[in-house]
Amino acid sequence: MRVHVKLFAILRDRAGTGELSLHLHDGETVGGAVSALAQQHTSMADFLPRVAYAVNREYVNASTILHDGDELALIPPVSGGLDA
Amino acid sequence: MPEDWIAILESPLPTSRALDFVTDPRAGGINIFLGTTREETSTGGKQLLALDYEAYPEMALSQMKALAQRAREHWPILKLALLHRIGRVDLAEPSVVIAVSTPHRKESFEACRFLIDELKKDIAIWKKEVWSDGSGTWVHPHSS
Repeated sequence: MRVHVKLFAILRDRAGTGELSLHLHDGETVGGAVSALAQQHTSMADFLPRVAYAVNREYVNASTILHDGDELALIPPVSGGLDA
Repeated sequence: MPEDWIAILESPLPTSRALDFVTDPRAGGINIFLGTTREETSTGGKQLLALDYEAYPEMALSQMKALAQRAREHWPILKLALLHRIGRVDLAEPSVVIAVSTPHRKESFEACRFLIDELKKDIAIWKKEVWSDGSGTWVHPHSS
């Protein structure tokens, strides 16, 4: 199956792109997808333990099962959105 | 009926329009909050030039709408504007505008404070510090 990965902020800079396509075995979990990303994109690997995950724009955890066509977003810790 | 103006904008935030939007004859108080880019000097002596904001807009918008709904469950909000800018925000310019009107002033202070405090917690918007030497630093706190 194929999952669409969205990257933001430091991860987008490290990967050099905001979107990736990831081929995975059917039934793979979010955690499995993130492990695959860490191997394929070593520039992101050290930061991936700090991210939260969203599938189809809802927060999920690492054990969530992915489905073909899902949008998996890696959410770095948010900075507060403003400096005040 | 709830009347909210919730948006993520790439252009300078329309502060006076947000104030107009929440103005209402039923209101006894209006609070407006602006979060602005503050000048900074790094430990190495660099000056902050601006902040660059990046959003996951679809998710951030639904989070902002859910946040507005939570505020409406706590306070009798008449009208509400919740605007966040993305892209480059120069010194002294607002990246956030929150405006709230309520029947009494206490409620508008409390609701506005709640909205900005919660907005800072987990909305899918990130900022990068842009420094005078051309470098950029993403701000990612250690606790997510």
